[in-house]
Amino acid sequence: MSEIAAVARPELPSSSRFLRRALRKPLGVISAVYLVLLTLACVLASVIAPYGPLTEDLTHVQAGPSAAHLLGTDELGRDVLSRLLYGGQLTLLGVVECVAVLLIISLPAGLAAGYLGGWVDRAISAVVDLLLSVPGIIVVLAVLTVFGTSMTAAMVTFGVLGSAGVIRVIRSAVLSVREELYVAAARVSGVSEPRIVVRHVLPRIAGPVIVQASLFAAIALAIQTGLAFLSLGVAPPAPSWGGMVGEAANLIDQDGWLLVPSGGIIALTILAFGLIGDAVRDATVEGWSATTAPAVRKLKRPAAPAAALPVSTAAADVRATDGRWSADPGQDEGTALAVRGLTVEFDGPGGPVTVVDGVSFTLRAGEVLGIVGESGCGKSVTALSLLRLLPPNGRISGGRVLLNGQDLTAVSEREIAALRGKAMAMVFQDPTVSLDPSFLVGAQVAEVVRRHDRVSRAAARRRVLELFEQVRLPDPAGVARRYPHELSGGMAQRVSLALALAGRPSVLIADEPTTALDVTVQAGILELLRQLRKETGMSIILVTHDWGVVADVCDRALVMYAGQVVEQAPVRALFRQPRHPYTLGLQECNPQRWTADGDLPVIPGTVLPPALWPVSCRFRERCRLAASDCALAAIPLEHDADNREVRCIHWHELASASSA
Amino acid sequence: MRTLIIRRILTAVPLIVVVTGLTFVLESLVPGNTARAIVGASGSPAAYQRLRVELGLNNPLWYQYWQYFDQLLHGNLGTSVFTGEPVSTLMNQRLPVTLSLVLLATAFCAVLGVLLGVISAVRGGVIGRAVEVLSLVGLALPGFWVAIILAAVFAVSLRIFPATGYVPPSASVSRWLWALTLPVIALGLAGVASVAKQTRDSMKDTLAREYIRTLRACGIGQRSIVWKHALRNGAIPVVTVLGLVFVSALSSTVFVEAVFVLPGLGSMAVTATSQHDIPVIEGIALYFTVLVVIVNLLLDVVYGMLNPKVRRA
Repeated sequence: MSEIAAVARPELPSSSRFLRRALRKPLGVISAVYLVLLTLACVLASVIAPYGPLTEDLTHVQAGPSAAHLLGTDELGRDVLSRLLYGGQLTLLGVVECVAVLLIISLPAGLAAGYLGGWVDRAISAVVDLLLSVPGIIVVLAVLTVFGTSMTAAMVTFGVLGSAGVIRVIRSAVLSVREELYVAAARVSGVSEPRIVVRHVLPRIAGPVIVQASLFAAIALAIQTGLAFLSLGVAPPAPSWGGMVGEAANLIDQDGWLLVPSGGIIALTILAFGLIGDAVRDATVEGWSATTAPAVRKLKRPAAPAAALPVSTAAADVRATDGRWSADPGQDEGTALAVRGLTVEFDGPGGPVTVVDGVSFTLRAGEVLGIVGESGCGKSVTALSLLRLLPPNGRISGGRVLLNGQDLTAVSEREIAALRGKAMAMVFQDPTVSLDPSFLVGAQVAEVVRRHDRVSRAAARRRVLELFEQVRLPDPAGVARRYPHELSGGMAQRVSLALALAGRPSVLIADEPTTALDVTVQAGILELLRQLRKETGMSIILVTHDWGVVADVCDRALVMYAGQVVEQAPVRALFRQPRHPYTLGLQECNPQRWTADGDLPVIPGTVLPPALWPVSCRFRERCRLAASDCALAAIPLEHDADNREVRCIHWHELASASSA
Repeated sequence: MRTLIIRRILTAVPLIVVVTGLTFVLESLVPGNTARAIVGASGSPAAYQRLRVELGLNNPLWYQYWQYFDQLLHGNLGTSVFTGEPVSTLMNQRLPVTLSLVLLATAFCAVLGVLLGVISAVRGGVIGRAVEVLSLVGLALPGFWVAIILAAVFAVSLRIFPATGYVPPSASVSRWLWALTLPVIALGLAGVASVAKQTRDSMKDTLAREYIRTLRACGIGQRSIVWKHALRNGAIPVVTVLGLVFVSALSSTVFVEAVFVLPGLGSMAVTATSQHDIPVIEGIALYFTVLVVIVNLLLDVVYGMLNPKVRRA
């Protein structure tokens, strides 16, 4: 029973609640008020219209707007406003007939198809498919051919034809509700089927149905006035909006005014139906996101004050780092890439949030540098920002990325685009989504080759095959003629590497290049990276959370926690004697070290979202060495002579413990 | 791919039976309409009966339909009740007009809509908002009214374009285009907005994909990324919308051809409706249905071309 309680129906946007939400949309409200007033005015035309619809005043023919005739008169001196009000009766009646037929057919049919499924669904869907291909207007004309001037017949026919699309919408809405746990729970606890439909299903599909009905009303109005314009379905002297446009069109070379009120009221009314549909749709969507994501909201709310604090310790780090290495690291022989105080922020709900905070490191030529840490620590963002590939809501807000003496954060978009792939290239985590699915892989690599080398197509093709051989792809020519979906994960990652190598970069950034691959394939890719480094002499930045990969391939590693570098050391030293408690924790919970007789150790807690990172030690909450002084101030990154860095004021305790 | 096309063609058969059969069923609900329309209200009952027999209207409905369908398979769509000419002859004269209109309108929507959509996806800002407004306006303004306004401004007042009439492209391609410019704009205005909206949405979606990031990381320039990779990958929903634009432009010819007095199938449908000319309206329903079926077929082929997973399956 408790399980059924647990899957209790989420707070539903009952019809009244999302109507209230819809009413908060000003355009929707204005449209609804307009339609109500218009309908009232047309229904009460005989009371409020200043003149009769057919009253002629031959002394005032085609007069423009005046006090006596607010919208002027037509060619027989009839009052335009009065004719619009009377004409609206027929027009709006047509829309009501059409929408009523639409709902009478589509509601039960859509519910039956979605809720019952099986052969009912197949039969209804077959009819729907058929109706969707019928050219509606011609069928309506055929009906009018047979039934003469019956606008009702025309509008009913149009409603029948239009129901096909709405049945489809209702069916898919019902299908999604039916699968929800609370509906299943209701069924298990013995609620009768009709009751489930009325209580649980109908409220959920009300939104889409109202949207469809109002959008269809707009189309019905256009068709009704169009037919009347063609003098089909209405007898001439009787006023109708479409007919008035037709009459105005006959006078087009004498007087354009008459087109304005008749066409205007049609356009405004269609617009009103359309805007109501939009408002209800937005309200329904908001309703769902509001009910499905309350947890996220709660987390995000305290974001603003934390983000407003001056979190960054970047400036201090930059100074410290720059002091230790040469003042202009770009000039240093043997330095492939120097990153100084790199800071990245993303737009959050409460303003910009810093996700990478003052990261500095130097990549030596031919070196493999690992960047290690849990998800959400800023490893991948750091990697992406080196090539300025951040998504549109993120930006580099501080620091420098120095490559051959050039600060990549300062060059123009055009210059960085020219450097991508050529000076520095990148390989991503999931190779199966990293290749353009619409082009042959050979053609993709050839485009990149031609971008860098400016060679003929034939030469580019030869170079593609060379690259494929370089990444040890079997049958290079055959692979070139395949699409990405025809490759295995390992092969796709080799193609990605070929793309990256096409510009002969001196730095390769590999963002978790083996994470998405099968274990057996991972080793092959790592071996390939090692070989490529040896053959080309390029430097590699390897982002990973796998200590096995670090031990296997890297010379040096950078441990990141909550956007900061917490430790940096040569790999051997890092394994022999980790200094930061986070590094130690990560290494302890490496499954490869785990022996079967104990529980796999874990670091308690999780990485906080960036908006909640404190100024002081960000790891304190999860740390075995946590003391009161950890919460006092920002923790500086300490450097020592044997090329190590650590961001912990108590690291000596750990060092003495592990050496004891 | 081939099975897909064969399935499409097979599902078209019941569609054509339903559409052509519909008028028979309708007529059975209001018996004798055609004969009455020809004889006129004042015609003698004897003349009316004679005509019913002559037209085969006294036979059972299924038999009438079977005869019609049998003739249809032999390419005979009957004769116009009003002019006595074969329906197929009448329609084949008019088909080129309607096809020119609808194809040009679809092309107009494709070019302008994709252009606006891509620009608003990449740049946003003013053009993005303009597309929003245009799509609202395009939805709201009825096509026949737009047609009249265009005629009033550009043909009657400014005298830039002809107000009415049609010139076959065999006579003069430039005058053909000239005569169709205003009708094409009137037919296409709403479609431009919906194509632009769809293009923008699907471009925004593909531009955020990982393979786009990969291409950028390899140094591929913005132009190739936008116009080659993102557009190609975002094209399928846009093609779907273009199919819908074609079908709705086909329907709208009923109104727009009437305004510009173009001798196409749309204006013929209107005339046939007011003259109760059932064989003609049946023929037009058949032609329109076949056109929709062909467009759906073409869409399937284009989907296959755009999606390698379908093509190679």
